Amino acid sequence: MTKSELIERIVDRQGQLSVRDVELAIKTMLDHMAQALAEGERIEIRGFGSFSLHYRSPRVGRNPKTGESVELEGKYVPHFKPGKELRESVNDSIDD
Amino acid sequence: MALTKAEMADRLYEELGLNKREAKEMVEIFFEEIRESLVHNEQVKLSGFGNFDLRDKRQRPGRNPKTGEEIPISARRVVTFRPGQKLKVTVENYAGTEPE
Repeated sequence: MTKSELIERIVDRQGQLSVRDVELAIKTMLDHMAQALAEGERIEIRGFGSFSLHYRSPRVGRNPKTGESVELEGKYVPHFKPGKELRESVNDSIDD
Repeated sequence: MALTKAEMADRLYEELGLNKREAKEMVEIFFEEIRESLVHNEQVKLSGFGNFDLRDKRQRPGRNPKTGEEIPISARRVVTFRPGQKLKVTVENYAGTEPE
């Protein structure tokens, strides 16, 4: 499912808002989530899961083209942990 | 301090002028549709934000950490999240005080 398919499905299900409204709502929600993470704040969605930042230590990497060493700084990467309900319903679907 | 559905709904109310009921419902439906897609073994791709993928894991040997007894870990399907380029860049430069 892509973002535009998600928009369609929400429009069909919701029945009151226009495609434009739903599109804007999804953009607002995703921006809000990205902004929270960028500020180091966790996201906790009950039943769905949580998003947080994981730290990656500085390391020496290599330029794959030249083989030259490059020092990479430590950085944060987004991490998602599925909630119990999502984890269980997805796992139960394996038998379908 | 964590971002929750309630705050996400508040923002939809404040910024888009949805009424409070519509805003709350929108946030619920958003996560519900993603969940339903995943339950139907369908990957979810939200460009700019990231992809929710499904992976089927085979049964593998495990151990009860308390007793040391061998017990197989059953085959399972799990959700993984791969952040998109835009989200990675947005988050990368967070100048966190304490690495986790």
